[in-house]
Amino acid sequence: MLPEAAHHPHVPGLAHHFDNLEQQAEATTLGMWVFLVTEVLFFGGLFLVYTVYRTWYPEAFAAASHSLDITLGTINTAVLITSSLTMALAVHAAQLGQRKLLMLFLVATMALGLVFLGIKSVEYYQKFVEHHVPGPSFHFEEPQYAVHAQIFFSLYFLMTGLHALHMIIGFGIMTFMLWWAWRGTITAEYYSPIEIAGLYWHFVDIVWIFLFPLLYLLGRHAH
Amino acid sequence: MASRVDNLYFFLLALAGFFSVLIAGLIIYYAIKYHRRSPDQIGAQIHGGMALEIGWTVIPLLITMVIFVWGASVYYAMARPPDETLNVYVVGKQWMWKFQHLDGQREINELHVPVGRAVKLITTSEDVIHDFFVPAFRIKADVVPGRYINIWFHATKPGRYRLFCAEYCGTRHSGMIGEVIAMEPSEYQAWLSGGVSEGSLASAGEKLFQDLACNTCHRPDAQGRGPVLDGLFGKTVQLQSGETVTVDEAYVRESILHPTAQVTAGFQPIMPTFQGLVTEEQLLELVEYVKSLAARAETPAARPTTGGPAPGEATPVKR
Amino acid sequence: MPSSTVLIPPHHYLNDGYGIKSWLLTRDHKRIALLYLASVTFFFFVGGAMAVLIRLDLATPAGDLVTDETYNKLFTMHGVMMVFFFLIPAIPSVLGNFLVPIMIGAKDLAFPKLNLFSWYIFVTGGLFTLYALITGGVDTGWTFYTPFSTVSSTTNVIPTALGIFITGFSSILTGLNFIVTIHRMRAPGMTWFRMPLFLWSTYATSLINVLGTPVIAITVLLVAFERVFHFGFFDPRLGGDPVLFQHMFWFYSHPAVYIMVLPAMGVISELVAAGCRKPVFGYPFVAFASLAIAVLGFLVWGHHMFVAGESVYSAMIFSILSFLVAIPSAVKVFNWTATMYKGAVSWDTAMLYAYGFIGLFTIGGLTGLFLAAIGLDVHVTDTYFIIAHFHYIMVGGTIMGYLGGLHYWWPKISGRLYNEALAKLSAGIIFIGFNLTFFPQFVVGYLGMPRRYHAYPPDFQVLNVLSSAGASILGVGYLLPMFYLMWSLRYGRLAGSNPWGAVGLEWTTTSPPPTENFTQTPIVTWEAYDYRAPAEGHVA
Repeated sequence: MLPEAAHHPHVPGLAHHFDNLEQQAEATTLGMWVFLVTEVLFFGGLFLVYTVYRTWYPEAFAAASHSLDITLGTINTAVLITSSLTMALAVHAAQLGQRKLLMLFLVATMALGLVFLGIKSVEYYQKFVEHHVPGPSFHFEEPQYAVHAQIFFSLYFLMTGLHALHMIIGFGIMTFMLWWAWRGTITAEYYSPIEIAGLYWHFVDIVWIFLFPLLYLLGRHAH
Repeated sequence: MASRVDNLYFFLLALAGFFSVLIAGLIIYYAIKYHRRSPDQIGAQIHGGMALEIGWTVIPLLITMVIFVWGASVYYAMARPPDETLNVYVVGKQWMWKFQHLDGQREINELHVPVGRAVKLITTSEDVIHDFFVPAFRIKADVVPGRYINIWFHATKPGRYRLFCAEYCGTRHSGMIGEVIAMEPSEYQAWLSGGVSEGSLASAGEKLFQDLACNTCHRPDAQGRGPVLDGLFGKTVQLQSGETVTVDEAYVRESILHPTAQVTAGFQPIMPTFQGLVTEEQLLELVEYVKSLAARAETPAARPTTGGPAPGEATPVKR
Repeated sequence: MPSSTVLIPPHHYLNDGYGIKSWLLTRDHKRIALLYLASVTFFFFVGGAMAVLIRLDLATPAGDLVTDETYNKLFTMHGVMMVFFFLIPAIPSVLGNFLVPIMIGAKDLAFPKLNLFSWYIFVTGGLFTLYALITGGVDTGWTFYTPFSTVSSTTNVIPTALGIFITGFSSILTGLNFIVTIHRMRAPGMTWFRMPLFLWSTYATSLINVLGTPVIAITVLLVAFERVFHFGFFDPRLGGDPVLFQHMFWFYSHPAVYIMVLPAMGVISELVAAGCRKPVFGYPFVAFASLAIAVLGFLVWGHHMFVAGESVYSAMIFSILSFLVAIPSAVKVFNWTATMYKGAVSWDTAMLYAYGFIGLFTIGGLTGLFLAAIGLDVHVTDTYFIIAHFHYIMVGGTIMGYLGGLHYWWPKISGRLYNEALAKLSAGIIFIGFNLTFFPQFVVGYLGMPRRYHAYPPDFQVLNVLSSAGASILGVGYLLPMFYLMWSLRYGRLAGSNPWGAVGLEWTTTSPPPTENFTQTPIVTWEAYDYRAPAEGHVA
């Protein structure tokens, strides 16, 4: 036990290697931003592959994109954007120390996220039934585009799958936040975990906002 | 060409040698001259000098730009084969080199060429990426499946020159070696006529063109549904997407394997793919056949005035 | 400079808790650094064993020691182990972890638990890859070129790819930790330009780690998926492009080589300053050079693909940028050399490693100019010339920087001094062994010997034998430090807080340091490498 430690009264939520809550909040927030940058690069690799093959095979990609359910995709987009709203409201509630409201908005965010994943599962099932899942049972209605449509669907499943995985991780984070909120760990003085979770959730939302037009909206303008 | 590469190499050797000796020499000299004499001694507290910093930034920059221009000009010459070349097709496969001379001669792992002529190799791979490397000629290029890549050389002395595969390609990568045998032109002619000729690549391609029924669509009359190929090779055509493309070996190959990718303007994307139905060698024969048609026709390719009904297409093409 | 009268404090990080749990569940960055030291040393010797077998096989032209398949697996594993499990993590995760908080005057990194988690990720990834090795190996080369790796190879590509994927997160999280720590946890008075240059290099390395590693992560994941599901991104028969893989792979793997060399350069800055007892000449230029290398390093990946079929114009652009990225490295070499002018130059082991680094890195870097010149690169790429080039930088550079740093900070880490004579002898053996191993490879490469060749034409044998002889000497040189460093832990003389009489926050605290690094938060009022005034209290 070092002499200095005796001078530090225990500040709730403050880790021992930080000097004060402000430094801790700044550090953790910066940490989340850096992490999100790495996520941009990670998804970026897939976006690069998408860009290359869409540039080379625009008609096949348009034909394949056309077969996705745009109604469900649009609903999902609205659902996810709304969940970002509820998340922002959760952060606001946390800043004001409103524990019950915080928990309510966290649950709402998770519920909307679950709706998103539910609709996604329905879409995946549709693709399975239509034989659009890449692999030995793949079959595309316009045979001249089949080879390159398979690339589109590979990207579709990979990109939305990776996105869904990030949402599931987001659920884990939300659950933790919910627990901390319930326990009273989150206060008007110490709410940066909610802010950081919010950053992550907004990022997941933004990825979808890019995925949606690139995957669903190709070739939908009138001929 | 090879001597240009060597000249650059020797210049760089001298440059690198000079700077290595300079730095190593200075380090050793300073280490001895300024060797710490007592445990408490400290060095002169010099923080830096702007003039030196600018100097040793700008001077290396200038030197490197000189090297860049030199290296780039050598490379540019390597990348541009002369207009008149003797062409040979090369197919790399695990773990051998297959050579196809235009007149039908086939070779494995050995390539006979005449000296004094520019030889252009049109290369592709049947499986994984290989690399065609002849150290004596200072040439090297990857051989990639799905593409044609050209590489050229001009042998000046007769001899046998080692050929290596220089891109790791699996178990017997180090066994994928051979020789380029450059001969005096007269000996080369003798060698050419000596072998059992199976007919030229182009004539083999013509036979394949009929066997695979290509001529049922690629014909100039009203029943034709595809572009007429006479005189087409080497021309620029406009695609459906609006872009223009030159009809070269790569385009012909692409059109056979992925016909809907770059469709000529005015035609339907109805050509079936021949992927899996033709080998790389057969592709080369078809390419050579289409090339041989370039000389045949005087008139440019004619388009049919009515397009045939295309499955899945809602509106007929109007012209 | 007299060393402190307190030779060893009663409480320090090594005796703050005993038993395996106190190590495996530690949050102390210093202990985590030692966990990394043990793991990277292990992986180094695995990779080194592969190298020994390779060089033994290459001593004869016929390739009769091992079969073709085994040889291909040997060089693949050598590359994978050395690149991903030694060169990339070693200096940042061992020396960086230990020193970053101490050098900025903090108690720990910003995220200590994340730091421990990074180590577990590293070890997990390493175990995956070892599993792939033990259950049959992988033969694609560490570069995994498609379509060979996705379609043709019949070996354990997927576990290896997954091992690399997992380990990548260790790099990413460590980089993230360093970036946040350096931004937010500097002690009062420790401005950016008062930081030791090792921190600037570590910061630049962390930027690359954070931006580049995710790209290799998705790339190897795509290779694994393609092998399982046949998506066709890289398979021409399915409409894909094998060269796209190369673009994605090298977009990370070129900056990766700067991840490997920048930390070593940071170590050299520290060694040169301490070894000459004066500030590094041109501090701001060296600091900005690190950042310039990190940025420019992302723009040159295409120089690995000059013969891969990229267009003439792309090649020209990558060539010019490759020359540009050489300039900041040259600037550093000139600055280090100028630091020695009128210095109080020591001939300690650490300094010997620094001289070795500067000389060998210069040679390696100059041969990089040969490769940036496209017309010449066409001839020497994919030959032993390239192998010699990168080994001069990775081994002659990075490993010498690592060993130099290990020796320099060993008293701080362990509280003990090692046997100086043995250490100097090892450094000499390493230097001689290294040059004998790799210089002949420049020659045999220019003569045309391709890389990854198991058997070769007999006229290349003499140069190969020289190289193999050198490798055996180098191996002995690497084994020796294991022995005398371990020996010193028990029997070495106690070092005291500042055995070298150097300037830096790490030398103001005890050897070994207490768990919280300092008894009181330091307040920094002096510039980096200020050797003028011991009375100001920043030298023990």
